Amino acid sequence: MRGLNFDIAHLLAGSLVLVSFMQLYQDRLTALLHIFALHALMLALSVAWQSYVQDAPHLFVTAALALVFKAIVIPVTLHRIIVRLGIHREIETVGGIGLTMLAGIGLVALSMVVILRVTGGADPFAREDLAFALSVILLGLLMMVSRRNAVSQVVGFMSLENGLVLAATGAKGMPLVVEISVAFSILIAFIVIGIFLFRIRERFDTVDVGALDRFRGDRA
Amino acid sequence: MNFANEAVTAVLVIPALTAALLAFLPDYRAGAAVNVAAAFFTFLAALSLLFQRPAVGSYLFIDDLNNVFITLTTFVGFTTSVFSASYIAHELKIGRLTPTNLRFYHAMYQTLMFALNLALIANNIGLMWVAVELATLTTVLMVGIYRTHEALEAAWKYFILGSVGIALALFGTILVYLAAQPVIGAGFESMVWTKLVARAAAFDSGILNLAFIFLLLGYGTKVGLAPLHAWLPDAHAEGPTPISAVLSGLLLNVALYALLRFKILLAANPNAIAPSPLMVIMGLVSLVFASFMLYRRRDIKRFFAYSSIEHMGIVTFAFGLGGAIANFAGLLQMTMHSLTKSAIFFAVGHIAQAKGTQRFIQIHGLSESNPSLAFAFALTVVAIAGLPPFGIFKAEFLLATSTFSRAPWLAVIFGFGLLVAFGALIIRLQDVLFGKPSPSEAIPAATLFPLYAHLAIVLAAGIYLPQPLVRWFEAVAKMLG
Repeated sequence: MRGLNFDIAHLLAGSLVLVSFMQLYQDRLTALLHIFALHALMLALSVAWQSYVQDAPHLFVTAALALVFKAIVIPVTLHRIIVRLGIHREIETVGGIGLTMLAGIGLVALSMVVILRVTGGADPFAREDLAFALSVILLGLLMMVSRRNAVSQVVGFMSLENGLVLAATGAKGMPLVVEISVAFSILIAFIVIGIFLFRIRERFDTVDVGALDRFRGDRA
Repeated sequence: MNFANEAVTAVLVIPALTAALLAFLPDYRAGAAVNVAAAFFTFLAALSLLFQRPAVGSYLFIDDLNNVFITLTTFVGFTTSVFSASYIAHELKIGRLTPTNLRFYHAMYQTLMFALNLALIANNIGLMWVAVELATLTTVLMVGIYRTHEALEAAWKYFILGSVGIALALFGTILVYLAAQPVIGAGFESMVWTKLVARAAAFDSGILNLAFIFLLLGYGTKVGLAPLHAWLPDAHAEGPTPISAVLSGLLLNVALYALLRFKILLAANPNAIAPSPLMVIMGLVSLVFASFMLYRRRDIKRFFAYSSIEHMGIVTFAFGLGGAIANFAGLLQMTMHSLTKSAIFFAVGHIAQAKGTQRFIQIHGLSESNPSLAFAFALTVVAIAGLPPFGIFKAEFLLATSTFSRAPWLAVIFGFGLLVAFGALIIRLQDVLFGKPSPSEAIPAATLFPLYAHLAIVLAAGIYLPQPLVRWFEAVAKMLG
């Protein structure tokens, strides 16, 4: 039974890494938001499974938060924002998709090597989880540095935080203080981001989007 | 009678309640007055902690190390609120801020004070992390308050880099918990700092090492150490000047304090890597890099922001070097820098208002146009450049001599960095003070009281450190290993 529990946890955490990779090659914002919702869904499943396995019902709260806020509320809101901004255009990636994917593979390999080697003595459950979590965090970082668009940077940051939640739930018996704080911080971060997007829109209205509209007008 | 528990509560509750009150107080003058009063009472509460300490709790505690910083933080918080009251009066007059902005600004100021105090007295590494995160978010909002293109750009950059830093720090915190969990047991206890440090010798050193690297990168971003400093100059330059003063004087200190806590933890484990080489390298790189960067700055606030990177580099180097004398010097440098740099920003704030610009090219002849301001500014720059008789000289001298006796090559790099920075400071000081006066207006609301209060302490510390203070700092230096 222990074997099956372990395998399922492994599968869910692993698929979170996989979805992180899927985020890397999305070149449209709407598609990126869909994949992010999937990312949050995988996180919710993974946390819920950890909660069941560790017999820690308070983790279900974290799972529910991930499901409601990150998989539904935030993608929907961000989607509205980009519609209002009228930026359904391609995302500029620095260095191209192939190179980014290669860098991503390198980062995952790095985190596996580092975590599995260093945490030899720890609970195997926790260490595998931690290795996946670090991969998700590094992939989130990679996404933030390889994108120029504010919205996709935010998505990169949120998937990075997903990695943190995965790590926190994988550590057995981690006090609730931290879980709430993580959820809370994401909430605050989102408010801040919301304000910023609002302000950036003001900026775009006068600078960037205006130019874009003129360009479209010429083409029509 | 022992009021220590009440004092600890007051240090947190006063700013929190005041923040809530200020958010609903429409009159900005009353807001500024309430802000000053609250900061003053918080300072008094913190001061009382010097005489009585509460018992160690599982959430909050006071020990030698954080007692230094809580006193310093609340003091600078108070003087900055006095400066802020005179600063915003002018900003309102020229229309850069509106009364609504100010309501928000004052509420955020007290929220920041709450977060900084909480980060300092938290006995729980999770709670400490939350507090540093809160401090980051409030300062992000304040940096962007002018809503100009540059301010938003700076706030966004700060937000993204700060969040990444803070995320890495959280990962490090989780790793520390993971290292502690097999020894102390799953649950709350494994995040209580005093318990961690007591049992650290039995932790898995591999996990602890990895944790420290993440913590160094994470909190190091907030300290502004060299490869991770990109947010710092922008955030200092584009926000309101009182915020530059608390960023440099307090937030950088608090981030470094968090790092020091984990350094102590690592030092308590015999098998863990020595954090020293990493901190020495990052410190020296910051020092030399920032010193050279000083020469090419065109913006006065950006210039002093780089000077902060330089000084945080010195402090990190001192703590990295370790040992009784270097730790003592680091602690002294940290305190003195915090006081001097905030004093400099008080002067710079009024200079920028008088000259109507932050660009060096348009700031000349201050000694003729605003003599009293020029005099105060010159004193603060002399103090930050590390000239005697000010306290920074004493700290840097101690550090230099200690380095020479232990690692002469490092002392050469250290001395070189200091000299390079010294040159830049003197060149800029001359530019600002002398030459044909650029157009300038008098700032009737300007107050130099907070500046001279800081300078008096820095001068006194440079000339004579009282015995109890020396013993106290020595105890802390010993604790830092």
